[in-house]
Amino acid sequence: MRVDSVKQGIVIDHITAGKSMQIYQMLGLDALECTVAILKNVPSHRMGRKDIIKIDTDLDLDLDVLGYISPTITVDVIRNGTVAEKKHIELPEKLTDIIKCKNPRCITTTEQEIHHIFRLTNREKREYRCIYCDAKAKE
Amino acid sequence: MRNLIDIMDLSTEEIEELIALAEDIIANPERYQEVCRRKKLATLFFEPSTRTRLSFEAAMLDLGGSVLGFSEASSSSATKGESVGDTVTVVSGYADIIAMRHPKEGAPLVASMRASVPVINAGDGSHNHPTQTLADLLTIHREKGRLDHMTVGLCGDLKFGRTVHSLIAAMSRYAGVDFVLISPEELKLPSYVKETYIKNKGIPYTQTTDLQSVMSKLDVLYMTRVQQERFFNEEDYLRLRDSYILTPDKLKDAKKDMIVMHPLPRVNEISTAVDDDPRAAYFRQTRNGKFIRMALIMKLLGLDKKEG
Repeated sequence: MRVDSVKQGIVIDHITAGKSMQIYQMLGLDALECTVAILKNVPSHRMGRKDIIKIDTDLDLDLDVLGYISPTITVDVIRNGTVAEKKHIELPEKLTDIIKCKNPRCITTTEQEIHHIFRLTNREKREYRCIYCDAKAKE
Repeated sequence: MRNLIDIMDLSTEEIEELIALAEDIIANPERYQEVCRRKKLATLFFEPSTRTRLSFEAAMLDLGGSVLGFSEASSSSATKGESVGDTVTVVSGYADIIAMRHPKEGAPLVASMRASVPVINAGDGSHNHPTQTLADLLTIHREKGRLDHMTVGLCGDLKFGRTVHSLIAAMSRYAGVDFVLISPEELKLPSYVKETYIKNKGIPYTQTTDLQSVMSKLDVLYMTRVQQERFFNEEDYLRLRDSYILTPDKLKDAKKDMIVMHPLPRVNEISTAVDDDPRAAYFRQTRNGKFIRMALIMKLLGLDKKEG
């Protein structure tokens, strides 16, 4: 299968296989007018299988979201058909309104219009806890 | 320091300052009688807690201030669906400082983000209760003369007991402290508390189900209630219940200067016969709660530097 290479835009590569739709939705890519290609289960030496998203326009991405969903991700910014910039992805210290707290006793379940904020409490275990109730984040 | 939401918001230096101020209030109460004159404390208690509310109110009254507020959600605008954020925004216009108890975990943090006056967490669900921990620390300091180099035994419900988790977090910052965790299997300390505050810091600890076997080692015995509803079956509860009831007989093995603490209320986990033992510190602990709350109110209102 062939997908044309991006001339001006962004390639999100090395996405854990199966996670591309989640990223597509979280980044709000459905609202874009440009061409967006989602490649699933692409053979990869390093990962066995991976997903790739190609976006045919240059836009500001929320890298925090990407780092949280799949830490293996690489982001290449393409200009004039070549890689102009490689963005480094790290597990973010804080997640705001990306996931919701599932603890029924947490104030976020009743208080309207408050931000759902999680902080990174263990980088090795990729563990996040709600800043309000300290409950561990569950996907 | 502007709010107190979690005991770990306070540095050990700030805790030392609060303890020193509380000690001075205890020694010279007359010097503090007018410190908070014309200041108002709002006690916003969205769930009942007579003990904590009275302690806060007594603290403010003893500082010469006044109090206003409500003692249950049904007498507040929360029943009309008002958010915590809106409630404290309104109350910020009436009071100089807020003490909030709320059944939802994290409610006082939300309040502190919206209020324009200091907010004290007076207990949020089974999450945090930092002024209880301050009362515990003041008690240990007054009774033992120090907060470091001691063996602290925590007994009973270590799984759900928020006072236990906060005390472990706070005490883990002092040198030479080791913990003895005494509980039934079902009510062991949650692993994240153990890892964060004990294992990761390399603090020595012992875990046991048998209180008597460790009694002689302890400098502090912090008792909590083993509640029947925490058990899967009644048989287990009945089997374990008695082993966690403190009696004068069990105290025979304890050090002469050990202290027995309890956040109260107790039900039957400490026999009333223990009350006359000089090592029983739990009623002194509740009195200390008022004094440390006085110190905290002064500090959050910025009135601590004007005295002395």
